Amino acid sequence: MADPQVLLTLKGASRRFGGLLAVDRVDLTVRRGEILGLIGPNGAGKTTLVNMVTGVHRASSGQVRFEDRDITALKPYQTARIGMARTFQIVQPFPELSVLDNVAAAALFSRKGLSPARARHSALAQLAFVGLEAAADQRAATLTLAMRKRLELAKALAMQPKLLFLDEVNAGLNSQEVERAMGLIRQLADSGITIVLIEHLMKVVLSVCSRVFVLQNGGLIADGTPAEVVADAKVIAAYLGSRYAKLGPSAPTTAEAHS
Amino acid sequence: MSRTIFLVCLAAITLVGALPWFDSAYALRLGTLACMYAIMAVSWTVIGGFAGYPSFATAAFFGLGAYSGGLLVSNGWSLVAAAAVAGALAFAGALLLGIILLRLRGHYFAIASLAVAEVLREIANSATELTGGGMGLNIPLDVKTGGGSILGEASYFFWAMWVLLIICFVAVRLIERSRLGFGLVCIRQNEAAADMIGVNATLYKSLAFAFSGVFVAMAGTLYAAWVHYIEPTDVFDVLFAVKPIVMALLGGLGSAAGALVGAVAFLGVEELVWRNFLHFHSATLGLLVVVLLLFLPHGLISIVRRGQTTSAGAANPPGIPPGIPPGIPPGIPPGSPDGSPDGSPARKAGSHG
Repeated sequence: MADPQVLLTLKGASRRFGGLLAVDRVDLTVRRGEILGLIGPNGAGKTTLVNMVTGVHRASSGQVRFEDRDITALKPYQTARIGMARTFQIVQPFPELSVLDNVAAAALFSRKGLSPARARHSALAQLAFVGLEAAADQRAATLTLAMRKRLELAKALAMQPKLLFLDEVNAGLNSQEVERAMGLIRQLADSGITIVLIEHLMKVVLSVCSRVFVLQNGGLIADGTPAEVVADAKVIAAYLGSRYAKLGPSAPTTAEAHS
Repeated sequence: MSRTIFLVCLAAITLVGALPWFDSAYALRLGTLACMYAIMAVSWTVIGGFAGYPSFATAAFFGLGAYSGGLLVSNGWSLVAAAAVAGALAFAGALLLGIILLRLRGHYFAIASLAVAEVLREIANSATELTGGGMGLNIPLDVKTGGGSILGEASYFFWAMWVLLIICFVAVRLIERSRLGFGLVCIRQNEAAADMIGVNATLYKSLAFAFSGVFVAMAGTLYAAWVHYIEPTDVFDVLFAVKPIVMALLGGLGSAAGALVGAVAFLGVEELVWRNFLHFHSATLGLLVVVLLLFLPHGLISIVRRGQTTSAGAANPPGIPPGIPPGIPPGIPPGSPDGSPDGSPARKAGSHG
């Protein structure tokens, strides 16, 4: 019954924190091989959405399906083992471990049948991909932010994910570093990994993504190609305030989310 | 490197096995106690050192092992069988308890783990029919080895404790090198991130808790048989929870060898202080521990490691010169912009986090 091209489906997925509805009945579908952009003002619920899919928070209502399997109730370590990986907005290395061991740990615990020695060996390939092989023996705490972001990416790749969430991998990087990161993302997509990109830099979204979702106040307000989405009045209102949207009266909300 | 330290420690323990040939009851008593405390400190390392959960449950495991094993021995069981059952009991109990207790972190976990011993002591106190309650429990044991002489019996219990220490030390070292140990270290450094890469943190922490209990409970059984008489306040003593932690900190957190070195050093200093400052030995000992921890925060074992860091580069994969200043990426691929001074965004991100 299910379309084999569909990797991830959310059906009416909501997440409530006390009185705050962080994600509000979101329906979305991710197809294999897509690079999907997930954008929205600060506090729109982007990270909560990822947390819900990866099992950090369980959906308060609704359903999450991955490869035709209901994963709504899975824990993070379980979603990691079925082929989901993510990078964190605020990088999360194991600070006292070496760079190599950081990546090896990701390989060791998410994949079956690896010994620590073989995990280290396979980690070298990911380090080479992100250009960190020379820093393999440094402690992760000693890396610069740009390098830590790439370490985060290497860790996620070591898990050999089918679906990769990149949560603001470019935040805090200078423009040259962003160029480099974008190159890596394109290479990953070419290798067949499906990518969901949470991103503030519109330049990155427009040039990399094939489809864009826009969240505001927890709800999905737009879904389309990058060109369609930036022309959408609701999106302009969400980002710039209704005064700037051409169709002022029909814009549903004010710009209070734009803080 | 850590392998060398491990082997040196193992060799040192093995040499201590010759103690009974010195024919000194005092040395044997001290040696048995040293092995016992070393078992506790090395065991504590699994939960406290690897996983980073400061457990005060060592006293609970010890008392549980002393009572369960002691009861079995007084009912005619052999010492080995009784110790094995006590160990299995502690392992299973800790595994189940861990699933609940290890949801707490930091100080909260410490307090909760401390309460376990209190609860068990109250049970031992009130189950008078079984344990003798506050009157204690007598454990007669015919030791056939050593011809029934006092020194023969002392040697027997010393060797029993010594063998258990070797088993415990090797087991903890194996855990350190295993997938479990790797996962525990990840949990200590960032539990959320460990979860995200597929570490089943709840299971791993509970296993760590169970492994921190199994050998301690077996040591408790040996202790009960050794002293022939136990009472709740004796075997559930909070000092059995505190001392192993101090020892592990003293020796160097996070490795079996560190805990062993710490246990031996602590007992050595304690014995010296006890003999020389009879009236204020506790204060002197406390002061010494504080001073040592202030000036050697990474423990005694860091003295050895510090000497080795300069040659650590030898173990690295080729192409990485040793002694690279931290933070400066060597060998940036040509054309990459990362060589540019990007310390400022790193600082910015630091203030975010």
